[in-house]
Amino acid sequence: MRVPLTLIIGATLTGAVLLMALISLIWTPFPVEALDIAQKLQPPGPVHWLGTDHFGRDVASMLMVGARTSIAVALIAVGIGIALGVPLGLWAAANRGRWIDEVIMRGNDLVFAFPSLVIAILITAVFGPSAVNAIIAIGIFNVPVFARVTRGAALSLWTLDYIRAAQVAGKRRARISVEHILPNITNLLIVQGTIQFSLGILAEAGLAYVGLGAQPPTPSWGRMLADAQTMISFAPHLAIFPGLAIVLTVLGLNLIGDGLRDLLDPRLRRGK
Amino acid sequence: MLRFILSRLASLGLSLIVASLVIFTVTEVIPGDPVSYMMGLNAPPEVEAALRTLLHLNGSAPTRYLAWVVGMLHGDFGTSYTYRVPVAGLIAARLQVSLPLTIYALILSTLIALPAGMIAAARRGRPTDAAVMGATQLGIAVPNFWFAMLLVLLFAVRLHWVQAGGFPGWDKGLWVNLKALTLPAIALALPQASILARVMRSALIETLGQDYIRTARAKGLSRAQTLRRHAFRNALIPVLTILGLQFSFLLAGAIIIENVFYLPGLGRLIFQGITQRDLIVVQSVVMLLVAAVIVVNFAVDLAYALIDPRLRRPA
Amino acid sequence: MTLLSTRDLSVSINGTPILDRVSFDVAEGEVFGLVGESGSGKSMTALALMQLLPHGARATGAVQMGGRDLLALPERQMCALRGREIGMIFQEPMTALNPVQTIGAQVAETLVIHGAASRSVARAQARHHLDRVGLADIPLGRFPHELSGGQRQRVCIAMAVALRPKLLIADEPTTALDVTTQAQILDLLRDLVAQERMALMLITHDLAVVAGIATHTAVMQAGRIVEAGPTEVLFRQRAHSYTRRLFAASAHVPQRAPTASATPLLHVENATRDYQLPRATPFAAPGHHRAVNAVSFTLNEGESLGLVGESGSGKSTLARAILGLDVLQGGTIQLGGEAVTAGHHMHATMRAKMQVVFQDPYGSFNPRHHVARLIAEPFHLLPKPPTDGAARINEALTAVGLTPDDANKFIHEFSGGQRQRIAIARALIIRPKLIVLDEAVSALDVRVRAQILDLLASLQASHGLAYLFITHDLSVLRAITDRVLVMRAGEIVETGATAQVLNAPQHPYTQSLIAATPRIPEGWFKETTDAAQPLV
Repeated sequence: MRVPLTLIIGATLTGAVLLMALISLIWTPFPVEALDIAQKLQPPGPVHWLGTDHFGRDVASMLMVGARTSIAVALIAVGIGIALGVPLGLWAAANRGRWIDEVIMRGNDLVFAFPSLVIAILITAVFGPSAVNAIIAIGIFNVPVFARVTRGAALSLWTLDYIRAAQVAGKRRARISVEHILPNITNLLIVQGTIQFSLGILAEAGLAYVGLGAQPPTPSWGRMLADAQTMISFAPHLAIFPGLAIVLTVLGLNLIGDGLRDLLDPRLRRGK
Repeated sequence: MLRFILSRLASLGLSLIVASLVIFTVTEVIPGDPVSYMMGLNAPPEVEAALRTLLHLNGSAPTRYLAWVVGMLHGDFGTSYTYRVPVAGLIAARLQVSLPLTIYALILSTLIALPAGMIAAARRGRPTDAAVMGATQLGIAVPNFWFAMLLVLLFAVRLHWVQAGGFPGWDKGLWVNLKALTLPAIALALPQASILARVMRSALIETLGQDYIRTARAKGLSRAQTLRRHAFRNALIPVLTILGLQFSFLLAGAIIIENVFYLPGLGRLIFQGITQRDLIVVQSVVMLLVAAVIVVNFAVDLAYALIDPRLRRPA
Repeated sequence: MTLLSTRDLSVSINGTPILDRVSFDVAEGEVFGLVGESGSGKSMTALALMQLLPHGARATGAVQMGGRDLLALPERQMCALRGREIGMIFQEPMTALNPVQTIGAQVAETLVIHGAASRSVARAQARHHLDRVGLADIPLGRFPHELSGGQRQRVCIAMAVALRPKLLIADEPTTALDVTTQAQILDLLRDLVAQERMALMLITHDLAVVAGIATHTAVMQAGRIVEAGPTEVLFRQRAHSYTRRLFAASAHVPQRAPTASATPLLHVENATRDYQLPRATPFAAPGHHRAVNAVSFTLNEGESLGLVGESGSGKSTLARAILGLDVLQGGTIQLGGEAVTAGHHMHATMRAKMQVVFQDPYGSFNPRHHVARLIAEPFHLLPKPPTDGAARINEALTAVGLTPDDANKFIHEFSGGQRQRIAIARALIIRPKLIVLDEAVSALDVRVRAQILDLLASLQASHGLAYLFITHDLSVLRAITDRVLVMRAGEIVETGATAQVLNAPQHPYTQSLIAATPRIPEGWFKETTDAAQPLV
């Protein structure tokens, strides 16, 4: 089976970002907390590859540590979405047309009416800002996404005869969901997972940018962009690099998603 | 059709009620006493009591909830803790910026995305398709507020074509305000247009594989005629779904992007509300945003029925 | 006079050969039948004539019509020709019409596109064309979803013949329809050919359909035409061995020893099953549709009982209730003297007494499990996994004509017929007394179907099985059942011994069903040595 080019490029980009995040655990070019006012607002150069900010902090180092925040927030949010959304979707599909299906789907619609930003605003207004809020806000928004995808795919499987055969073999709906439905929608969930991961990176950046995400001194890409905004006329590098980091990460994840879809979706494979 | 609208209306009402309950619970029940929360720990009891009366926050949670809902139905969104003026007035002033911006962006996004998606689908597998797909792949990956900053850097800082931000106000005339909203609208619209163009393309390609397309070709329609007369309207159904979702993304995006352009919109109001613990403002603005999303989804449901007769008259 | 002449038509898709030097002629005003099994290239031939081949397909050879080679015509001229000189209808009427346009608009479009009429005139003419195909009482403003399958196929025909083309290509036009509807559509096509002096190229897998309508017939196998000629001559002589095998298989009746006893196994008493309809408004009480209405019958041990009916007759709903998948709203079902209840209230030992084989060989298996696990699934009904599980899997595979080695393969490695064998193995493994066969051979080509019927007959004798055979196909009934129940609109209208019901039906509905079923004339079977023909 040929590995799609999109998958290779995407994995390379994402792999590079992941690697930076991991390396930052043990080493960064400069300590991110170190303020060096004498070195403030340096443009990119041989010492500070990507320049320094208004406190003289090394932008490259901050980006590396910021990657950690972005990835952690987005990944945990995807985990929340899968952990809650997939069982709900399976449950709804197994009870198609009954009241429980109706309740789950109407609940889904309701959560969809609360964009991540609105959830973050609500949580922050009551509990104050933190990275955990961002995780919860993005995580909650992921739940109906996974529930819908799971239910939709599961419903089409439930019409197949092998499910009826399993029922004739006396298996209960819950067991059929786990044994026959879940393994056959895993590919779809993996693809959706990468998409939500990339959306999570974008959402985290947006929340941090408006001050609803990770708080200083924790470096985060969105926060860096917010700080850069007032200095954009004389220190544009502060705005450009964090943005590029976001773009490359999201692009990488989206390419992985597209590549995996081509690789895993047998319908598309047969079409080629 | 009437039955369909009635059933949608019923679910619209139910959604609004449940959403208001959720919002009320988070802002007024979870913090315990909203007044002491807003004033901080060391407020004297008599000041708290005075504020309670001023803000109409007397009574138990259920009575306060009812008062809130009934008030909103009469256009009374309560009194701001920070500004000590009716929240309704504050919101009305800010909406004059946020709503036009969202609609402007939605129109831009649709005008760019639908033709782009149609061209890509019609030229599937050819260079034009690859170019559209590549551009949209990039467009999806760009955070709108960063894109906005780049636009400011280019058009305001470097080229001096436009002001870096600000909003003159509608009394200064239509044109200057549209000009002030153009960069923000572009920044908002392009990433969403990328998503929409991809959905349009894949919906068209899916539709072009249907049996009735083959029937149309067998009747003697050319490829282009088939696309126009048969595929387009059927492909609009998934596109509408995304368009409905995009409204909520654009609304949220508008709130974020107002920061880049120093626009006095809902975003500024709500972020000030958060910093100043003004729960009344937060509660009302959030309710408004959520209600907007729910109402738009209701409109999308009705639009489905206009496009698809199977929803109007179930067999 | 020759209308269309195809010479050495070859088609390949992405380098894979699909058609190999196909040559045939269609004369003006005649019905030309093209028969073959699935995958033989019949549809591809039609699409090649219309120049509507899928992406990546390449056609060579020549298709002459009216002094032009269609294969060499530019797309613009093909567009002008499609619908005007050649009309085409397809197999699946449910999806062949645009769901968001009215039928009037879709019929009128043929006229408008070819400049034959203005929009308003076309609308009036659309009315006339719909009247002509027997839809006089259907308003132009109807949408496709408001019509039945047969009505939709009539709309397709009205669209295809609106400009009185010289040739109508019909690709399996009745395969998705019930027999009575099929007979009506075939009558309509026959009338159109006679009245309009239009030629009809009829593509089908069904020899009996061709026998009843076609002047000339060509038999296709694996992309080639193996035999062609005047239909009666071709059918009587059967010069090519493939034609002989097809012929034999379509009329095949397996050798059966009588196994039916007088001991009742399944007893259905006044079974009634309602479906809840969607609520009209959120607060309205939901309506009901009675799918099965007071059905009673008995199936004895070792007996083979056929349940025949058209789509929507309630036969599959009844089967679901018998299998304990759905709850009855009234009446009882007893198996071996114990009541069948639905859902997980039903005891495993009860479930173990009956198993099922479904129609679709492709949707019947979880693609992620290997065959051993697939056919062992009913072991779930035993209190604990059997100690001789592996031996029983081997035994079941051997019984259905596969080998124990197949246990480790995955389902995509098997053909449709082999999959149906695996489905039977899965049903056998728990040693049930009753197997419900829900259209179990309907999706198979005739030769494979004959083999599976043979297998079922021999398993019945060796394992003492009772069959409940649900089908819409009278030839299957004749081949494998002892007794028949005829079901219509949720009720059983006639019951009796198979030969008696099929040869001397009493109820008017049964009579119309049998009259509508296309048959190869008895006389054509003579002058053969079919019995000596191997099935494969």
